[in-house]
Amino acid sequence: MSAETRRWIAIVPAYNEERNIGQVIDELRAFDPGLDVVVVSDGSADRTAEVAAEHGAHVVRLPFNLGIGGAVQTGFRYAHENGYELVVRCDGDGQHDPSELSKVLAPVLAGEADIAVGSRFAGGEGYRSSATRRIGIRLLALIVSAIARQRVTDTTSGFQALNRKALELFAADYPHDYPEVEGMVMTIKHRLRLREVPVTMREREHGRSSITALRSIYYMAKVLVALFVGLFRRRVVPAEHL
Amino acid sequence: MIASGTPLKVSLAATAASLVLVLVVFELIRSRRLRERYALLWLLTGLVLVVLSAWRGGLNTIAGWLGVRGYPPAVLFAVGLLFVILVLLHYSTVISRLSDQNVVLAQRLALLETKLEERGERS
Repeated sequence: MSAETRRWIAIVPAYNEERNIGQVIDELRAFDPGLDVVVVSDGSADRTAEVAAEHGAHVVRLPFNLGIGGAVQTGFRYAHENGYELVVRCDGDGQHDPSELSKVLAPVLAGEADIAVGSRFAGGEGYRSSATRRIGIRLLALIVSAIARQRVTDTTSGFQALNRKALELFAADYPHDYPEVEGMVMTIKHRLRLREVPVTMREREHGRSSITALRSIYYMAKVLVALFVGLFRRRVVPAEHL
Repeated sequence: MIASGTPLKVSLAATAASLVLVLVVFELIRSRRLRERYALLWLLTGLVLVVLSAWRGGLNTIAGWLGVRGYPPAVLFAVGLLFVILVLLHYSTVISRLSDQNVVLAQRLALLETKLEERGERS
């Protein structure tokens, strides 16, 4: 296990996903056998961690549930400590199709972006969701676009590719509760280059998403407060000075 | 000014209650059940209340400044409530910091465990 062969890694946060996680890992490895996979089991009560290990992933077991931001950041820290140059992030519920990875990777590999985000609304099809959720996503996209002075369409996508610069930033500092939206704003404030790419996402294979209607409202309120307060935060230093 | 003064009985009762508060806080710090940094606000609360309760002239004057006519001891409630809000706000910041630290601890622990396991598998 030499350092040279370990160049890139997929971070898969998973909370009670024993039925989906195996397939996600297999598909990631099918995409590229040289791609390492680290599964962060976020205090799962089922066999998520065991299944992930059986399928050949590195497994980090959080002692209790930290929520998506804390879990993803654990993955970033793992990748950072182990010297990976390139990171992809992919949800553990099978929603992100690893065969779409090359699209998300392209701008980062070409050196055109520090972070690339797979967007459901930037042209791809195949995503259905409730009206309230779509309105919420649209609203957030408008707000983030205004703050970022750059058009973004999908602020809640966890399907991302990051280079080492972006990895260093997020390993050191990552929003906890609902990290994708704030993460986008952070990215731009740190003057990292963000690029959206259209992707198609799938329906969940098993189980239900953890987001309910009431929680969506709570989510919106929290994110709006975070974004608003974030505007008044003192200007953050570019990542190279961290 | 036609403001009526603070009744002596009210002043005595309030002073006694505030003194008990100060003594309880003091005892908690002495027996190391309350850390000084968290006790500071409570001590300040108690001492301010003691002074305002015992010093009737002062309380009447402050009530006059604030436009409280009729019943100066109302100022005691206001000051007490203000300090309670401050203490609660302080606790919220303490809890926020603790939960941030908790996240970092959980992450470090999990990463260390993984490192140990992966070392063990290799050797």
